[in-house]
Amino acid sequence: MDDILVAKNVSKAYGDYTALNNISLKIPKNCIYGLLGPNGAGKTTFIRIINQIIYQDAGEVIFDGKPLSPSHIAHIGYLPEERGLYKSMKVGEQALYLAQLKGLSKSEAKKRLEFWFERLQIGDWWNKKIQELSKGMAQKIQFIVTVLHEPKLLIFDEPFSGFDPINANIIKDEILQLKEKGTSIIFSTHRMESVEELCEYIALIHKSEKILDGKLSEIKKAYKNNVFNVGLEVEQDAHAFLKVLEDKFNIRSPRFDTAENQLDFTLQLPSNRTSEVIAELSKKANINRFEETIPSANDIFIQTVNKKDNDR
Amino acid sequence: MIDKLRLIIKREYLAKVRNKSFIVMTILSPILIVGMIVLIAFLTDINDNEKRVISVLNQSDFFEREFTATKNTSYVQFDNISLDEAKDSTISLGYYGLIYLPFGKDLEQVAKGAYLFTQDNPNTNVIGGLENIFQKSLRQKRLEGLGVSSKQFSSIEKRFELNLASFDGEKSVKGINEIKAFIGGVFGYAIMMFIIIYGGFVMRSVIEEKTSRIIEVIIASVKPFQLMLGKIIGTSLAGITQFAIWIVSASLLLFISMLVFKIDLSALSGEASLAAPGIQGMPQLDSEMMLYAKEIVNIPWALLISSFLVYFILGYLIYSSIYAAIGAAVDNETDTQQFIFPIILPLMLAIYVGFFSVFSNPHGPIAVGFSLFPLTSPIVMLMRLPGGIGEGGVPLWQLLLSITLLIVTFLGIVSLAAKIYRIGILMYGKRPTYKELFKWLRY
Repeated sequence: MDDILVAKNVSKAYGDYTALNNISLKIPKNCIYGLLGPNGAGKTTFIRIINQIIYQDAGEVIFDGKPLSPSHIAHIGYLPEERGLYKSMKVGEQALYLAQLKGLSKSEAKKRLEFWFERLQIGDWWNKKIQELSKGMAQKIQFIVTVLHEPKLLIFDEPFSGFDPINANIIKDEILQLKEKGTSIIFSTHRMESVEELCEYIALIHKSEKILDGKLSEIKKAYKNNVFNVGLEVEQDAHAFLKVLEDKFNIRSPRFDTAENQLDFTLQLPSNRTSEVIAELSKKANINRFEETIPSANDIFIQTVNKKDNDR
Repeated sequence: MIDKLRLIIKREYLAKVRNKSFIVMTILSPILIVGMIVLIAFLTDINDNEKRVISVLNQSDFFEREFTATKNTSYVQFDNISLDEAKDSTISLGYYGLIYLPFGKDLEQVAKGAYLFTQDNPNTNVIGGLENIFQKSLRQKRLEGLGVSSKQFSSIEKRFELNLASFDGEKSVKGINEIKAFIGGVFGYAIMMFIIIYGGFVMRSVIEEKTSRIIEVIIASVKPFQLMLGKIIGTSLAGITQFAIWIVSASLLLFISMLVFKIDLSALSGEASLAAPGIQGMPQLDSEMMLYAKEIVNIPWALLISSFLVYFILGYLIYSSIYAAIGAAVDNETDTQQFIFPIILPLMLAIYVGFFSVFSNPHGPIAVGFSLFPLTSPIVMLMRLPGGIGEGGVPLWQLLLSITLLIVTFLGIVSLAAKIYRIGILMYGKRPTYKELFKWLRY
């Protein structure tokens, strides 16, 4: 019951093409869950299954403890990657329509819309037509419509595409606030920098299969390979000192700054036991930096995808 | 569920009726149509009112009283002038032409030597009229030669008309089958026009949702089938609104323009008799008129109108769901051509088969076949139905079979169309082939 969504062995094929192959996932409540993968990996198919736009051929999806059913639609908010609005319809009317389709009453929808329009400072757009708005403006409306019915689960597919950096930031803050309020969020993207910033959990889907999932911090821990960035303040002959170190350790890309007596290098250790090394170093130099390099989500992404491709 | 459907219907309806081109069409069409009718009536009027004067130079002893004025043609007799003088006078007086009858000892000889001189090529009606005059005199003369008196002659000439009655002894009138099929044809034609116009609207509306990319937002809230159904119903309600406005405003305009321009619509009767070829030689007798009126009143209107509603609703739903599926399968309107032609084909076929086959034989094998085949039955059956049900009309089993087939087809086509729709709305990019559409049905 701590998971908002559980997928068990979900598969989906379009004719001869397998879009999802035996995917199992657990998405915990009240977190931001990154659904990652290259284009065409099967992310959108999976999201469409959650939204009951299409149905899996095999497997089961559990939403909030119960098998996924049409009544759950009111508890899910979905911002698709391919998104748009009726061009010739007025903003307010359109937002009301979409909110009512999600099951809100007209008066309730109107109240909430006024709140959100105020909040994102777009109150004067109510009677404008979508075709009079810029793309970024329309995206704001789209975001509001997605979250308006206060769903338990929000699904954002590439939410920041189409936003300028300022508005992307506004939307990012709104997403974080929604999470604070207890909403569970699935965040599908192939842009890794936003994953680092937002996601606690990730799943990596590649060629219709899940190849990695779990807590981002734990995955990163698992992907660490005992590489350290070291900065030393050396008093005697730095070259001679480096020579000594190189005999003992695996050292890469050393850099000297003679004016500051500064020696920087990358250190590869056989394990993550560092006390011995630090003791050794501190005998002859002043350590001003000793830091483990943690792989970025991007590195993990590329590494895993390549490994998977090479395995085949 | 129903609430959502109602929301969709309302949105589709409002989106349609608020559309500028829809409003313009609604207002403009009756004006154009009535304007057209008024113009045709006006032109027909002018055409018929052309008066011709033909001069007659008669040097024979015959044809003294035969050239009498008719509605559009009058004759002027020239006396004691030569042919050349007569020609010159005809031209200078601006007459239509000159009939020249030479001197001869008998009628045959005179007729043989007669000429019509005209400035331009003469109108066939004029020639026909003149030939009739000669023909009649010659025939009378020849019969007199055989010993028939002119009194006897006129009794021979008396027109004969066959009495018509149905087996139960009711008197019948000529051309009534055609009139009945024509009335049914009007209903069938209305169905076809409605399907083509508003089916196209449904299709464009689906394409618009695809190109504006709102479709996925919506089907995350409602089932694709609900959206499709709501769209079809909403659009058809808008269509019915438009049709109703057209009929009311067109009849009003027509009425007003008849008063204003004093146009007699009977001038258009030529048009009407083209459509119902049997009623040429319009009945002159009041009793005969009464029979026509009686026959028309006797058309089972309740049956006809209720069947119209059944065939209209089912037929429209079948075709518009195909239109919706086409809209879903393509990305833009230019790609729809290859799919639209096969839809229009049965509709056109129904209309043509209806007008050619049902008119001549409402219960012949072709008429029966096409009124059972579901893609043509909404039009063809309606043309047969004014003849009533049972004896002398459509056998009841045919009507029931036709409607049953239509319902079965409706269920089949709508579920196939819904499948294509469901897949198609999420497909962007290339135009699908028929083969791919077939594959979608199995997804």
